Amino acid sequence: MSGFMRLLRRDLLLAWREGGALGTALGFYLVVVALMPLGLGPDLNLLSRIASGILWVALLLAALLSLPRIFETDADDGALDVMALGTLPLELVAGAKSLAHWISTGIPLAIMAPVLGVLLNLEVRAYPLLFATMLAGTPAISFLGAIGAALTIRARRGGLLLALLVLPLYVPTLIFGITAINAALLSPDGFAASFLILSAISLVSVVLGPIAAAAALRTQME
Amino acid sequence: MQNQSITQRLANPTRFMQLTDWLMPLTAAIAVVVIAAGLYLALFVAPPDYQQGETVKIMFIHVPSAWLGMMGYLMIAISSFGLLVFRHPLADVSAKAAAPIGAAFTLLALITGSLWGKPMWGTYWVWDARLTSVLILFFLYLGLMALRSALDDESLAAKQAAVLGLVGVVILPIIKFSVDWWNTLHQPASVVKLDGPAIHSSILVPLLVNAVGFSILFLALHMKAMRNEVLRRRVKALRLAEVERAAKRERTAAAPAE
Amino acid sequence: MLAMIDLGPHAAYIWGSYGAVALVLAALVAWLWFDGRRQRRLLAELESRGVRRRSDRG
Repeated sequence: MSGFMRLLRRDLLLAWREGGALGTALGFYLVVVALMPLGLGPDLNLLSRIASGILWVALLLAALLSLPRIFETDADDGALDVMALGTLPLELVAGAKSLAHWISTGIPLAIMAPVLGVLLNLEVRAYPLLFATMLAGTPAISFLGAIGAALTIRARRGGLLLALLVLPLYVPTLIFGITAINAALLSPDGFAASFLILSAISLVSVVLGPIAAAAALRTQME
Repeated sequence: MQNQSITQRLANPTRFMQLTDWLMPLTAAIAVVVIAAGLYLALFVAPPDYQQGETVKIMFIHVPSAWLGMMGYLMIAISSFGLLVFRHPLADVSAKAAAPIGAAFTLLALITGSLWGKPMWGTYWVWDARLTSVLILFFLYLGLMALRSALDDESLAAKQAAVLGLVGVVILPIIKFSVDWWNTLHQPASVVKLDGPAIHSSILVPLLVNAVGFSILFLALHMKAMRNEVLRRRVKALRLAEVERAAKRERTAAAPAE
Repeated sequence: MLAMIDLGPHAAYIWGSYGAVALVLAALVAWLWFDGRRQRRLLAELESRGVRRRSDRG
């Protein structure tokens, strides 16, 4: 088994055994979505119109909450320094940890989204679209988020700073995630263009994220 | 000496300070003259636009501000590259100095844009691609400044900010082409186009004069901010030296000659 | 002189934008100016106390 797969397995196992982190993210997601109707009023027509937007924004916030975990514990106990000395390039270390974050947080949040759609009176035919766009969009959230997580390891007030650094990078994902759903609801063939751009953003992030995150990690170890 | 490029010759902060000692006031003076001419042309000479009426006058300051907001980020990105790849000693000074100035121009582009939008579009703000991407640019500036202020170790802050600066540079092409890629309310580029500008010279000339003036002003402000930063680092280094010397003196006093 | 220009019904927006530019740029210039003076003063203070940089010591 290659070093990449071993690291991925280790991180997934840690995330699974900790358990609490994923529960917190899912719980946060639920609470934010449940707060929206309380703030906007229980108008079901309004809610179903903006449901996809609410679900996307709340997903970004919930994912944001879990981003520090990508590097924090390993940086604290020195495991990251050991990994930097190992044979696996730091870019692949960052890639494996981002991928583990996507599998352990991004996918569960995407699975949870249609369930929460019930609370917002989301149209039935939007459910598969919502799930598909989130599955295609969440890699960008994990891999771009890793850059922010790497930059803020040693910062004061790291969590707040992380939000300020990372949320602007999420804007394209958010925009195309929502336009894909809305376009599909209006016309049968409006989905493809936005969905392809969304996937392209994710693919670019998968390449760019680990490179930038590794560069950020390296500057701290010199 | 002859073989050195200009960036290499500028690498020495002392030489940079000597050079900008006279170059900075000169640049500032030129900027004031050019901007005065540009404002005169904009306010008194330029005719009202047949569509926009007199509000076209806002464009004379809106467009240069927006360009410089982007140029400021380009400056940061180039400096970040210079720091990470060439370890140029002044690169971080340049990147740090450019951030607040670029942020100020970006903010001005947003303010003047929304003041133009109210009479022309009927609203201060629309969420179209150009406006949203410029707003993101402003957030990036804020993020860069916040990242620096959150890290105590200055050389670490420099490198971390450089990484973020280079990541954020993808926003520049998005801003530039957002009006072409998406069909939005903001008008497409009308000055920088392959087949020549699409606006009449009576409007274009004051716009370009102002743009040149604002750019020179940007350079002057950037030089001044870099000078301040060099001085700030000297003060910091001297303070450190003072403390170290005091500690050494204490040590020798505590352990008398044996 | 400026009051003589008639900018039509939207004059307030136009003057507002020129005012905003003037205000923000003036604030920027003032900040840079005072920051520069402050650093020079601190540097002069340190040097008068006899603190020198290593490169100056020769």
